[in-house]
Formats: sequence, C-alpha cells, structure tokens
Amino acid sequence: MSCFCLSSLAKKLIMSISGAFLMVFLVVHLGANLTALFSQELYNEVCHFMDTNLLIRVMVPVLAAGFAVHIAFALLLTFQNFMARGEQRYAVAGKSDVSWSSRNMFVLGVIVLGFLALHLFHFWAKMQLQTFLGLMGMDAVPNHDPYTLVRELFGNPVYSVVYLIWIWALWFHLTHGFWSAFQSMGLNNANWLPRLKVAGTVYAWVIALGFSAIPIYFLFF
Amino acid sequence: MIQNMEKKGLNLTLKIWRQENARSKGSFETYQVQDISPDCSFLEMLDQLNEKLVDKFEKPVCFDHDCREGICGMCSLYINGRPHGNDSGITTCQLHMRHFKDGETIWIEPWRSRAFPVIKDLVVDRTALDKIIQEGGYVSVNTGGTPDGNALPIRKENADLAMDAAACIGCGACVAACKNASAMLFVSAKVSQLALLPQGRVEARERVTRMVSKMDELGFGNCTNTRACEAECPKEIKISNIARMNREFFVARLQD
Amino acid sequence: MVKLDAKIPAGPLADKWAQYKATQKLVNPANKRKLDIIVVGTGLAGAAAAASFGELGFNVKIFCIQDSPRRAHSIAAQGGINAAKNYQNDGDSVYRLFYDTIKGGDYRAREANVYRLAEVSNNIIDQCVAQGVPFARDYGGLLDNRSFGGAQVSRTFYARGQTGQQLLLGAYSALSRQIRKGAVKMFNREEMMELVLIDGKARGIITRNIVTGAVQRHSAHAVVLATGGYGNVFFLSTNAMGSNGAAAMRCYKKGAFFGNPCYVQIHPTCIPVHGDYQSKLTLMSESLRNDGRIWVPKKLEDAEALRAGKLKPTQIPEEDRDYYLERRYPAFGNLVPRDVASRAAKERCDAGFGVNETGLAVYLDFADAIRRLGKDVIEARYGNLFQMYEKITDDNPYETPMMIYPAIHYSMGGLWVDYELQTTIPGLYAAGEANFSDHGANRLGASALMQGLADGYFVLPYTIQNYLSHEIQVPRFSTELKEFDDACKSVQERINKLMSIGGRCSVDHFQRQLGKVMWDKVGMARTKESLTEAIAEIQAIREEFWQNVRVTGERDEFNPELEKALRTAEHLELGELMARDALLREESCGGHFREEFQTPEGEALRQDADFMFVSCWEYRGADQEPELHKEPLNYESIKIAQRNYKE
Repeated sequence: MSCFCLSSLAKKLIMSISGAFLMVFLVVHLGANLTALFSQELYNEVCHFMDTNLLIRVMVPVLAAGFAVHIAFALLLTFQNFMARGEQRYAVAGKSDVSWSSRNMFVLGVIVLGFLALHLFHFWAKMQLQTFLGLMGMDAVPNHDPYTLVRELFGNPVYSVVYLIWIWALWFHLTHGFWSAFQSMGLNNANWLPRLKVAGTVYAWVIALGFSAIPIYFLFF
Repeated sequence: MIQNMEKKGLNLTLKIWRQENARSKGSFETYQVQDISPDCSFLEMLDQLNEKLVDKFEKPVCFDHDCREGICGMCSLYINGRPHGNDSGITTCQLHMRHFKDGETIWIEPWRSRAFPVIKDLVVDRTALDKIIQEGGYVSVNTGGTPDGNALPIRKENADLAMDAAACIGCGACVAACKNASAMLFVSAKVSQLALLPQGRVEARERVTRMVSKMDELGFGNCTNTRACEAECPKEIKISNIARMNREFFVARLQD
Repeated sequence: MVKLDAKIPAGPLADKWAQYKATQKLVNPANKRKLDIIVVGTGLAGAAAAASFGELGFNVKIFCIQDSPRRAHSIAAQGGINAAKNYQNDGDSVYRLFYDTIKGGDYRAREANVYRLAEVSNNIIDQCVAQGVPFARDYGGLLDNRSFGGAQVSRTFYARGQTGQQLLLGAYSALSRQIRKGAVKMFNREEMMELVLIDGKARGIITRNIVTGAVQRHSAHAVVLATGGYGNVFFLSTNAMGSNGAAAMRCYKKGAFFGNPCYVQIHPTCIPVHGDYQSKLTLMSESLRNDGRIWVPKKLEDAEALRAGKLKPTQIPEEDRDYYLERRYPAFGNLVPRDVASRAAKERCDAGFGVNETGLAVYLDFADAIRRLGKDVIEARYGNLFQMYEKITDDNPYETPMMIYPAIHYSMGGLWVDYELQTTIPGLYAAGEANFSDHGANRLGASALMQGLADGYFVLPYTIQNYLSHEIQVPRFSTELKEFDDACKSVQERINKLMSIGGRCSVDHFQRQLGKVMWDKVGMARTKESLTEAIAEIQAIREEFWQNVRVTGERDEFNPELEKALRTAEHLELGELMARDALLREESCGGHFREEFQTPEGEALRQDADFMFVSCWEYRGADQEPELHKEPLNYESIKIAQRNYKE
C-alpha cells in the first residue's frame, strides 16, 4: 500500500479526495455563516451547536487532517513536478491555450492558505477553539456572542477587503479544483467533462458569492 | 494562387538553442533568414538556414524530423512557447510559415523534460516513451494461432474510441507542453486503446500498473489537469483517456 | 544464370506453400537460443520479423536510424490492407487476390510468391485484430471493408486514414514485448554501413551510431534486410526524409543481386511542388478519386491564364474543361490504376495544359460531388484530407478544386530474393519494400502493408529456419575476425574520404541534381535517349560529388550532413543502375513506361516474348558495368493478357 500511495496517480487521488472533502466542508461552513444574515440569535445558536455537537467535535480534527494532507501532497507534487522539468527550463513561457487557474493552483493554494491562517486567528481561535480548550480543562475564554465578533471585524473595511480577495482566490482555486477532482478520481469522460465544468463553476460561484455576502453585509449594514 | 503572386518573402530572426552534445552546456544563438516563402513549412525554413550555414562552413542546426507529413512523430521543437508551434492539430513539419509575420523573432527550443535529455541542439532522447510501451503497451499474443478477425465482435463505439486513442504518434508534445513534464496523455492513450478492446482487457490490470510505475520511475511529472497536453496534442487526443487510465489503475490496485 | 535459383517448391500453385512448410527443416528450441539474427529496419516487415523471431526463441538484434522503432515510414500508409477474407460475400477468394495482384503488376511478378502472399493475407488480419489494432467496424461490431483501385471486390481493411500507422504500432507493440522479454535487443539511431561476409555467408553488419559517430560491429548467423525502398533517389518523393536505399546498395555491392531496379511507382494524387526549397511531397489518399473529378482546361489560353493567376479555376465553364481520364477511359474513369492516371496527367501537362504556377498540376474537383451528395457527406468522407490540404496549400478544396500532380511513391524493385526471401548471398534475407518480389512492375493500393506483414510475420519465421537449421553447429562469431576488421576499415575510409573533400557544394545540392535527372529522364516516361543521357549525367554528378562535396561537422558526432552524404553516395550509384535497367527493358509495363513502346492510344505495350523476366543485376566493381542475369517468369496458372481498364 505504501508503494501505491507514492505512485503518481495515487497522489493525485489523495489530492482529489482531500480536496473534495474540503469542498464539502466549505458548504457546511457557508450554511452556518449565512445564518448571520438573518439574525444574531440564530447565528449564535448555530455557533454554539458547532462548538458542542459530538459529530462536529469528531470532525474538526479530521478536517484539520484533510487540510494537512491536501497541503502536504500539494507541496510534494509541486516539488516533483518542478524537478520533472529538468535543470534547463524554457526561455519562453508556455503559450498553450489553458485556463489560468489550472496552471496556478499551487500559487492560489498558498494564497488561500495564508488567509486561512489569518482567518483561524480572527475567528476560530476566539470561538470554537476556546470551547475545546475549556473542554480539555484548560484556560479558556468562551465566546457567547460570536455574532458581535464577526460584526466588529467586518465593520473594518480593511478586513472586509482582505477577506474578499481571499474568497476570490478561492473561487479560482475551486473552478479548477472541482472538475479536476473528478478527473483525478477517474470519474470523467468526454460527455461528463463539460457537465462537471459547469457544476464546478456553479459551485465556485455559490461558495464565493455566499461567503462574500457576509463581509459586504456587515460593512454596509 | 492569385494571392501567391503577391506573397512576399519573410525576413525573420531566429533564436535557436545550440548545444554541442548531451554533456555540454547550451545557449541561444541568433540567426537571420531572408526571403522565406510563406508557403514553405517550418522545417523547410530550417533547411534553408542550414544550407546557408553549410555554405559558411558552419555546423547546421540539428533537429529531428522524418516523414514530414505529420504521422511519424519524429519532429519536435518548442516554437515561441508552444510545442509544434502556433497552430492546433499539427506537428512542426505541418506548420507553415504563413503563420508568421515579416520581421518576427522566433524562439526555437528543444522539448524540456528531465526524462528527455538533449542529445544535440534541438534533438532530444525520447526513448523513455518506448520504455513505457515495453512495460505493457501490447497484447501478449504470439504470431499465428489467433482466432478469426470476426470471431470477436466489438462495439463500434468502443472501436472508435480505441482508434481515437491509438492515433497517438508518440512525439512527446504532451510532455513538452505540460508544466509538470508529465507523460499522462501518452501513457493513457495506450492504456485506453487496449482497455477499450476485449483483446486488451485480459491483461488490462497488469498493463496499467506496470506502465504507470515505469512512467513514474523515468522521472515524468504528475498530472495537474491543466489540459495543456490536450491543447497541444497534434492528434487531439482527449484527457478523458487520462480519466480512464486513473479508473483502470485504481480498480487494478484495489483488486491487488 | 546458374546462380539464380528461385527455389519454388514443386506441385500445384495452391499447395506450394503448404508443401514447403510441411517439408522444410526446423530448428529445435534448445538450438534456437544459440542462434543470432540481425534485422535491419523496424517497419512492418522488420518489426514483425524481429518480434516473431523473438517469440520463437532466437536472439535478435534490430536496428533503426530513427529515435524509435515506431517512426518507420510504414507508418505513413493511409489507405488500408488487402486480404481475401470475403467478409463482404462479394466473391473474393485467395485466387482472386492473387490474380488481381499479378494483373496489377502487369505480369512481371513471380506467381508462387504472389499466391503465398494472397494465402497468408487472411492470417495477417487475424493477427492484427488479436494485437488490438482498431480496424474500422460496422454497427454489428464486425470488420468493415472498403474498395480500392484495381479490384472489383471490397477487400481492404482500414483504420481511418491511418492504417499503416495502426499496423506498424501493432508490430511495434509485439516488438516491444520481445524487447522487454530480452529476446530482442533494440539499437536505435544506428545505421547499417556494411554487410560482413564470412566464407561467402552473411555473418554480421557494421553500423554507425548516429549520435556518437562510433563505428560498431555486430555478428549473427543470419541478416534480414528490411530497410524499405529507394524512392528518395528522386530527391522529391512521398518517402520520409530518412528513407533511403543505401543499405540495399551496400548489400548489392557485397554480391546480392538487385532485381528490377527500374520499377518505381508514381502516385497520381500528391500535392504539387510549390518551390525550390521543397523537401518532400505529400500524398493525398487515392480514395479522393472516388468522388473527385480530374480535369485540365481544354484551351491553352485558359491554362496560361490560370498559371499567371489571371483566372480562377471556378471561372472556367464546364464545356471548356477536359475531364481527360473520363474521356480516355470511360469504364474506369477517374479510378484507373495509379500508373495510368499518373501518365495521363503528365501527358496533359507536357502538352501545355497544366495549371499551378509551375504548369505541373491538374485539378481534382469536388464541386460535382458536393452538389450531388452535399457538403456534409463529402466532409464526412474526406474531412481530414481536405483539412490537411488546406493546411499545406492555404486553399479551401470545398470552394476551389484541389491541385494534384504525380510523385514518386514506392519502389517495386529491390534486392532479388528467392521463394524463401533469401538474396543471392546465403544468410542474407530481404523483406518488405526492400525486396523485389511480389508487386511485379506495379503495386496495387493496399498491397504494400500486406506484403510487409506477410514477409515479417508469416514467411521469414518459417523460411529462415530452413537456413539456420544448417547453422546449429556454428558457434557465435567473434567481431574481432579479420572480415569485421576489413569491413570496419572500409567504412572508416569512406567516412574519412567524405569528410576530407571539403568541396564547394552541399550534399543536398547533389541529391537535388540527381533527383532532377531521375525525374526528367528516368521518371514517368522514359526513352532510349533520355536514359542514355541520364546514365552519362549521373556519372558526371557522381564524379563531381566525390570531388566537390562539402560535409561540415565532425565524424565522431551527431552529424546529419555526413549521414546524408553517405546515403547520397549510394543513391548516385543506384540512380545509374535504375537507368541501366530501364534502358535494357525495351517495353512498357506497369510503372516502367518507355515512350517507344505504347499502343496508338498511348497505353503501355509489353513485349512478353523478350522481357518476361526479372532483371537481376550483379555488381562487378566500381569501374565496371554490372552484369545482367535473368530470372524467367513462368506463368502456369494465369492467362497473360494486356491490361485493359477501358471496358
């Protein structure tokens, strides 16, 4: 099995499975966030549920592992791919007709990751992490009104803009990542490719517009 | 033909990669060619340059070429950032000079890949592709003793898809175009052709496993689904073949 | 005469091959391991033979000049491969395929060989299907056929317009399998420079590594030459740039007879020459003649206006067009055999009716077919070809007629071989286009693939054992023997000589000059005068070449100029041999047309009483004329007739 994991196709399979898992997570996350557009109580209640539900508690480390695997394999693949080109590289950059995001998945991934750190620091560290610390009997400052935290942060235009940039980098990453995951898993053919591309584009727009709605809402309302 | 009368010869600047042999360090040299007919092919333009170089007692530029009709897969060249140049569905020998503008500068580079070391100038060693085929790109039948050709009906759709994949000419443009120097399109074309046909199904599992592991061993990169291979393939082979190979590979390994 | 024994088995024609196989000597498996075979060339014949030898258990070394065995020029064949399967129930049979091939070859091929070819044609299809060659199929899942020139049945199997490619890749895959097994050792970018004889038998070859320039020695118990044809003697041909007749010439100089060198085929549907810089000619599939109509203007002034670009072909009214094939051959029309169509085009162009700037082209017009069947149907049938034509010429054949002109395509002549495909040198075999055996004076479409694979898969693996069974006591040869030293030295000397001339003209200059003489005087229409002149001119070019050729670069490096020089040196001798053979053959047959010998209507006129033989040329030294030997052709099963495609 170790041999299998190191084969080029298996590495891509791992990238696509972890990626698909993260895409499912994005949907759940978006669902929770959007409640903030409706009412403070509802949002706080959802946050509380997220902090205390057993399944979610189990899934958080799995999610973290999902990120870790996705990032680790991205690093490995990118390094190997760089090496495969050989020492002498082309003098003229490739002019093939391909989508920009497909060529820049690693860069987009790094951008997404950078903002992710900021995001964890801004919210997760002050919300779910505190509950978990409390559960583990450590010093914690449970946050009983995450809604206000969100509202205050996005009231600051700098953060809103930063988040919007992040979300749109994620959009690029997803437009390629969605169908690409199916392709790497072998779940694609000439008929399904256009369908998957449409589905991926729809998915990326839903995610990006949905997530963008929140900073915009708090910035203006 | 009426336009032919008015067609003017092209004057071009060529930046060509020159490298004495596999061990030496190469560099770009600049050459000027004058009055190139827009109707001649890219390789014929290089022929004319070479004839001039020979006249001056200089060494001509080495490049691979053979059939000059787009089927043998021998010609290569990375021209202005694209394998086989700026047109689709063709090889370099089918690229015509009418696709270039008078006064243009053309950069000509060899295929770049760790698995394709440069032999001289623009000539690279593509035996890595042969080695992958040797690992299983065949049906294990000996000469003679085969059943009648019509003993085994094959769904037309499958036969056609197999033919689409079998059209690969093994030129390596997919590797050259891929930012990861990946040979997935090449390998998947052969895997697909034989996986689609009942004759090839018998040893499909061993085939895909062996061919993929050979491909990895030879230092080709991984696929990141950029589709540059598909965009540059002179035979327009589709990435659905890569998906099929992935599927074949996972199913084969799951059963191990 | 004594030396030529075709070794045709006795008995009725249909039983000869079975009889041969039943009585030939075989080599047992333990002994096969001790025997080495060299195969030169990786096309259909070479790859198929090497793979089959490897499967049998022999040790095989195979050589090609390209970077991979898959590049061999068999790959470029478009149309298809014939077989007498009779899947269409249209009355085909082995005998009919045999008969059509003999007739198509204008009664200049050996009956027994051709019958065997027709016989094994069916096995070839089965073999290729089993290898996974994706032949075209119909909706029931069974193999599809198409018809081809010179036959009244549909017997051609095809894989789109890439049949040669698919068959070659099939043979290449079988070869790859043997390479993996270790039964075959592959040497790519390695060119055969010399045949090594020990006690009169072929025992090895000297090669030059194209990358390093190293001259190397290889020994074996038998050598198979499968190096293709020599169309590139003409400089411009549909052959690949690397295709050359040098290896065959090198064997000829070691004593192998050259059979029928004057028989070369000219293909009528190629894209015309467009400039001095042109390096090769591109073939457009013959299938285009199924729907295209060939014409030139009736009036000379129209032709001149078209050449000057003052008129467009679409502006010529119907009544001013001369559909000369339909006019001359009402029964077959545009579908007459290749040689007939080619000569008719030349006749019109020589008379001043040719089009294109050069005056060396005729129209192939699809306007009628598009009107009759619709653009969609034509696109479905010929879309790829039309696209290819447009890419090359920048003309859209849906709107303006294509222009075509004949070009050198295939050489029927080659090393003389007997029924076992053995040349006059014991242990040296020739297969595929490199031998002379099956096509007579003209090859039918879709027969070259058939012959290459028949020789490689189904003939040589049997016949070579008949020879090797006598060699089982012979231990492997050391490459340190004096014979190898001598051969190596002669190669080195030849290379040194070429490198040291340092003359004024490039190799291409000489090859082009030779090509022009060949095309003008030893081409589609030959006369005693033109051939006599050609011989003198070729000799002069050859002399000039050895004094004035310029080969740049070093001998011990990747040096394409040196490669070309070495090949051109051989072509300069082969060209003369072709002219000599054509001069000798005072008749017209198939691809060989002597203007002195034609019917009042301009058809080829054979002289069966005097020329029903294979001309076999024996090399007698650089400064001597070659000696002619004749192998008489005896037709026991076939009634000889004048070819007639009018009725």
